[in-house]
Amino acid sequence: MSFINLREKIVQVKVVYYGPGRGGKTSNLEYINRKFSKQIQSEMVSLKTHGDRTLFFDFLPFDMGKIKGYELKIQLYTVPGQVKYNATRKLVLKGVDGLVFVADAQEAMREKNIRSLNQLHENLKGYKESIFKIPLVIQYNKVDLRNQGIPVLPTAVLEKDLNSKLKVPSFEASALTGYNVPETLKKIISSTVVSVQKKLL
Amino acid sequence: MNYGVVSQEQLEKIDEILSEQLIKIGVDCVIIIDMAGNIITAKDNGTSKYDVYSFAALAAGNFATVDAMAKLVGEQEFSLLFHKGTDCNIHFSKIDEELLLITMFGKHISLGFLRLNVVKALEQIRKLWAGK
Repeated sequence: MSFINLREKIVQVKVVYYGPGRGGKTSNLEYINRKFSKQIQSEMVSLKTHGDRTLFFDFLPFDMGKIKGYELKIQLYTVPGQVKYNATRKLVLKGVDGLVFVADAQEAMREKNIRSLNQLHENLKGYKESIFKIPLVIQYNKVDLRNQGIPVLPTAVLEKDLNSKLKVPSFEASALTGYNVPETLKKIISSTVVSVQKKLL
Repeated sequence: MNYGVVSQEQLEKIDEILSEQLIKIGVDCVIIIDMAGNIITAKDNGTSKYDVYSFAALAAGNFATVDAMAKLVGEQEFSLLFHKGTDCNIHFSKIDEELLLITMFGKHISLGFLRLNVVKALEQIRKLWAGK
């Protein structure tokens, strides 16, 4: 749920990065944190296990500047990707305004992507939200592995697997090098802001 | 989905309640957040500087986790959620299904006294919210 403070003219919007474990959700936020440090006033919060896996969520508040006199604060969250953590994934999804689904483009991860997307669909239903209505951007992460000879699915296959019904904007990306990470972020921010505006006006 | 919009007038009244009931008795910082981790309002004694945005995200997660644990053991909720430190303590209370009141206070205030004042503040905020 976005929140609008009319006195201080602040709009808070919640964007969640969702996807299978070790897919690069946290890496997306880490890249954003490094690249846009001017727009980030506080430190990134990461709740991790000892093995550096996300335990609960990462949190990164991102200042977008002013739109129509309102200061726009984008709250970026990730969920833990591991299958066993669905209870915490659901908690993080509470009040979500926009979603980035970070798919792992490696061939070996094909089934995990589909499962994770299906679970997102179910989890959103729990909050009476629909995956077909909420602003969503899909990112096919790790395409850089192609150059290292690791089997990566062609984008057409990924699109067919994950985006044939949703038909949402999608990007090939590499969270490690930052390729298309800002583009993904820009796209989800603009779709989310448009959707929040529509709901309000 | 409901979108949270609070008028300037409501916010001013809420801030007044928080100042009167909590800041005045020596509380360092009071924050009202929603369960999604957004800040509704934050008020402090002028000397404490907390990163309230990160705090709100963590607090909402913390509260949601404890709430889920309560349900696992068959409780509706755990009504007292309180963290005690050497110099700083944090007290959480639910205003309604969507809102949380978080109070940070030092060692000079007893928990009992704080809870009494929190209850008064909650009653007044709920009344105000009901008239929204």
